[in-house]
Amino acid sequence: MASISMTVNGRTVSGEAEDRTLLVEFLRSNLALTGTHVGCDTSQCGACVVHVDGKAVKSCTMLAAQASGSSVTTIEGLANGDVLHPVQKAFHENHGLQCGFCTPGMIMAAVDMIERHGGDLDEATVRSELEGNICRCTGYHNIVKSILAAAAEIGGARQAAE
Amino acid sequence: MGVAEGIGARVARKEDRRFITGKGRYTDDMNVVGMKHAIFVRSPHAHARIKGIDKSEALAVEGVIDVLDGDQLAADGIGNLICGWMIHSRDGSPMKMGDWRPLAGDTVRYVGEAVVIVVAETKAIAREAAEKVVIDYEELDAVTDLVTAVEPGAPQIHPVAENNLVFDWTIGDETAVEEAISDAAHIVELEVSNNRLIPNAMEPRATLGHYDPGEDHYTCWTTSQNPHVARLVMSAFYNVAPENKLRVIAPDVGGGFGSKIFIYPEEIVCLWASKRTGVPVKWVADRTESFMTDAHGRDHLSTIKIALDANKKITAFKIDTLANLGAYMSLFSSSVPTYLYATLLSGQYDIPNIFANVRTVYTNTTPVDAYRGAGRPEASYLVERAMETAARQLDMDPAELRRINFVKTFPHETPVIMTYDAGDFEASLDVAMEAADYAGFPARKAEAEARGKLRGIGFNCYIEACGIAPSKAVGSLGAGVGLWESAEVRVNAVGTIEVLTGSHSHGQGHETTFAQLVAERLGVGLDSISIVHGDTDKVQMGMGTYGSRSGAVGMSAIAGALDKVEAKAKKVAAHLLEADESDIVIENGEVKVAGTDKKLAWHEVSLACYTAHNLPDGMEPGLKETSFYDPSNFTFPAGCYICEVEVDPDTGTTQIIQFVAADDFGNIINPMIVEGQVHGGVAQGIGQAMLEGCAYDPESGQLLTASYMDYAMPRAHDLPSFNVLTTTTPCPSNPLGIKGCGEAGAIGSPGALINAITDAIGNNDLSMPATPQNVWAALNAK
Amino acid sequence: MYATNYHRASSLSEAEQMLAAAEEGKLLSGGQTLIPTMKQRLAAPTDVVDLRHVAELKGISVSGGVVKIGAGTTHAEVAGSADIQSACPALAGLASHIGDPHVRHMGTIGGSIANNDPAADYPSAMLALNATIHTNKREIAADDFFVGMFETALGDDEIVTAVSFEAPDSAAYQKFPNPASRYAMAGVFVAKKGGTVRVGVTGAGSDGVYRASDMEQALSGSFSPDALDGVSVDPGGMLSDIHGTAEYRAHLVKVMAKRAVAAA
Repeated sequence: MASISMTVNGRTVSGEAEDRTLLVEFLRSNLALTGTHVGCDTSQCGACVVHVDGKAVKSCTMLAAQASGSSVTTIEGLANGDVLHPVQKAFHENHGLQCGFCTPGMIMAAVDMIERHGGDLDEATVRSELEGNICRCTGYHNIVKSILAAAAEIGGARQAAE
Repeated sequence: MGVAEGIGARVARKEDRRFITGKGRYTDDMNVVGMKHAIFVRSPHAHARIKGIDKSEALAVEGVIDVLDGDQLAADGIGNLICGWMIHSRDGSPMKMGDWRPLAGDTVRYVGEAVVIVVAETKAIAREAAEKVVIDYEELDAVTDLVTAVEPGAPQIHPVAENNLVFDWTIGDETAVEEAISDAAHIVELEVSNNRLIPNAMEPRATLGHYDPGEDHYTCWTTSQNPHVARLVMSAFYNVAPENKLRVIAPDVGGGFGSKIFIYPEEIVCLWASKRTGVPVKWVADRTESFMTDAHGRDHLSTIKIALDANKKITAFKIDTLANLGAYMSLFSSSVPTYLYATLLSGQYDIPNIFANVRTVYTNTTPVDAYRGAGRPEASYLVERAMETAARQLDMDPAELRRINFVKTFPHETPVIMTYDAGDFEASLDVAMEAADYAGFPARKAEAEARGKLRGIGFNCYIEACGIAPSKAVGSLGAGVGLWESAEVRVNAVGTIEVLTGSHSHGQGHETTFAQLVAERLGVGLDSISIVHGDTDKVQMGMGTYGSRSGAVGMSAIAGALDKVEAKAKKVAAHLLEADESDIVIENGEVKVAGTDKKLAWHEVSLACYTAHNLPDGMEPGLKETSFYDPSNFTFPAGCYICEVEVDPDTGTTQIIQFVAADDFGNIINPMIVEGQVHGGVAQGIGQAMLEGCAYDPESGQLLTASYMDYAMPRAHDLPSFNVLTTTTPCPSNPLGIKGCGEAGAIGSPGALINAITDAIGNNDLSMPATPQNVWAALNAK
Repeated sequence: MYATNYHRASSLSEAEQMLAAAEEGKLLSGGQTLIPTMKQRLAAPTDVVDLRHVAELKGISVSGGVVKIGAGTTHAEVAGSADIQSACPALAGLASHIGDPHVRHMGTIGGSIANNDPAADYPSAMLALNATIHTNKREIAADDFFVGMFETALGDDEIVTAVSFEAPDSAAYQKFPNPASRYAMAGVFVAKKGGTVRVGVTGAGSDGVYRASDMEQALSGSFSPDALDGVSVDPGGMLSDIHGTAEYRAHLVKVMAKRAVAAA
């Protein structure tokens, strides 16, 4: 058994888990953070994307023990209380989700994408950056639209702050 | 449009908040005290006899609760899985339904068939124990291909089905068709295969079965599109429990596309195992299990012969189809290649004579059933590939050939038992051609050619049938269930409203659109309206969501209940306001006497219904009404899709330059949600056309595309943004004028893609999926 | 996944000790291949030794035209490195298209070459760049390092610590991805240094990554796409599966090679 302690959504958590426990299993089972989903066995669908130390990773492809000592953000930690993150808001306003299953991973991937590219995102880049996130409902049309809208809003807010 | 959040408004979805904050509740998120975990031991062989099962080593693993097999299941009286739609062959004999046990009996017939369930403290322990179950198989020859399956000498899969033939069914007048063919000025012939697809809802199937011995009652949480049908079938046919002792809950469901209509072995077995073991049992599919065991879609091979007269008017279609049903008959498998397929073979065209012969076959593959579109994509693809081929052979503009043959007056009776009630096919063709700048295509093609690229453009004018009905008619065609829908509208004392619907939302946005209908009718805000679905303990019997039926049928039931609510509210208001009932109107959340300033707030009326202090004599208290709606006809969404592609001749890679969808869905409640349905449907159609192809090893019967490593799912960069447009002819067959929009995209797009690619490469002989390799091969085979 | 024991090494020597002490140990770098393989129960190490916290394996340096990349450097770090972008933009470009953004945040160059997946991108670059593979024991020329599919010259107790190569005059990588897995179905890395041209091919060959010597010869004479017109790729040496026949892969190798030369 591994003793695991990490910061999740700003809260220090610790627990015991088998060494083979995946980060996604630790989040879902030990911490009851069921917003992070598992949609495949081959590290391709991206439903499990969370941020570890500020970077998007697939929590199905990382042991919980590997993440021990790290800071993890999941979909549950993205909003600031009742105030949605601009990416969450954009997905809502642009109908960027249907069944909602891929959505947490999509949103976490989008936040990471926007952070890396700043306001400098176009449709082709967004589509290429979504390589690791599969959606079966939306045809991606409104996901792309949502991410571009959020990028514009975040970029605009940054500009205004500068 | 009378209300800001009413019919026609682009309202952002009410249900989004829980999904975007990680608070959705899917079946795998459900946990109950004492719950244990199941792993199914599945057949590694496509066809084998089971000579013995040794469970002793598995039972000895620490943490294992029990290991159960098919003999124990049968001994407890659990029944076989059934197909609920009876089809008779042309000789009058009934379809040949082979036995399908929830856990295999003495024979396994496809890779992935469930044989044993292991229940253990954790999933990891269950998996380890599952590896220790020793099953002695005697391998048998297998057949996976539908043509080989019906050849003499093919391995026989079910004793009941000679030559693996399930049924040999026909529709239409064969003699009249043969006469028309012999009189024809032109004959066009084409063979078309419709590739086998694996649905891949992003949420893998899952179930949690919980038997409560204190109440002798079962609860089943499951990934279902139709929990009431699941309960009915598990009760009436599988003998799991009587309906009043079985609660089925389909909570948030992560996509279905048809694959979650059917009742699968796992739900049945987990409920039974829960009673056997005394613990709640949860099973969640791995993706590879989903690939192997979710009902697959399509897998047809068809030939079509078109007869045309000298004026290029079509006089007959003759169609011959082989359809692969897989190893067993899934719940609605027989209806897909028959009444959901052959009845649409007239397309958008006025064709006096049609004859179709459909033969369905068993193979050693995963059962095949309805997948988004279910029969209609097969019909549309066949007809529209044939129309494009005919235009090419006759050297005509493909739009022009279609125009000559369009149905132009309604209602229109086809020779394949459909009555098209409304439509305007030229309108959608015109809208699509203009949006695609069809006139400018030759210049674009020339420009691409100058860059060494091949441009092509293709049409697909589809028609489909939704809201399968009326129940009496489908019953006469063999359906085992009625296809109505129910709704209950509960107005609470304070005026807030709950709508209980038999429809089930797994991405379609019912919590928003259904509330918009109520807002439109009563003028109350969306926040005070809740839509309740997916739980047989809460909602009266309903039929669920599939076949694009929830708008046309489900909302019509809600409209029916609202009629009754309004009628009662008006009676009460007339009584309280001392006015004539016929003068009462309901507007903007108020109940008014028309032409006066006399009015009551909506909640004052509802409160009056519940205090019952002052109701008209003889009136019952309360304000709650139920409606069961049985449509008078199918609905007929139709439209025109145009796709323009550019092929790289060096690699065979196809890039979609533009995709235009012009749909006629009748009246639309929420355009934003409808567009989303089209986007998703088109993406699945493009997936079928260019990427997705289920493959089996023909020798071993192993599924070669059992993960995303080998099954090509459409990703964002495979697709363009779509240009989605609508034209409107309201549907005359239901009170809201709705036709349905859930499947159109998947029905209308594959043909547009393949017509465009074959146009680009100048070779009409190209099968789906048009992967770069296949396109490159077709280019070089010219 | 079968049960395993997780160890976190904080230095190379600690990693060596942990690996030596394990019954059947495996090194865990980014884990983007090893963990999926363990999840599929196709690998069952008794112990995994996490290298992510070993400082000696980190970092990128360019000096005197020699590029050195620590084995623990992630694909995202290689792709985003201004030094690599300047010294060998083709390698930065290659790294920016491995897997997806999430995989690139975890996966490392050392892990990729040590695994030597026949469809991985990096091995083709290592061959074409005539790279040296540094381990805790020795230095190995790329030509000697990649032995066959999933096979390298590494010993059981050997740990890749870095790769190094002389910056090429020009180079480019072109990949044709498998439509399903998105791994290379044919990936060609072309590098020119002085009068020497080297061509590494991944994803296509039935023995894994290889050098296309006839292409190298043709391009050494004239570094232009047309120089490859006369070169034929033998389908006999190609992989063949449901995604691409040997003939198609052979064809793609040539198309990708020409495109790489054009882009270099």
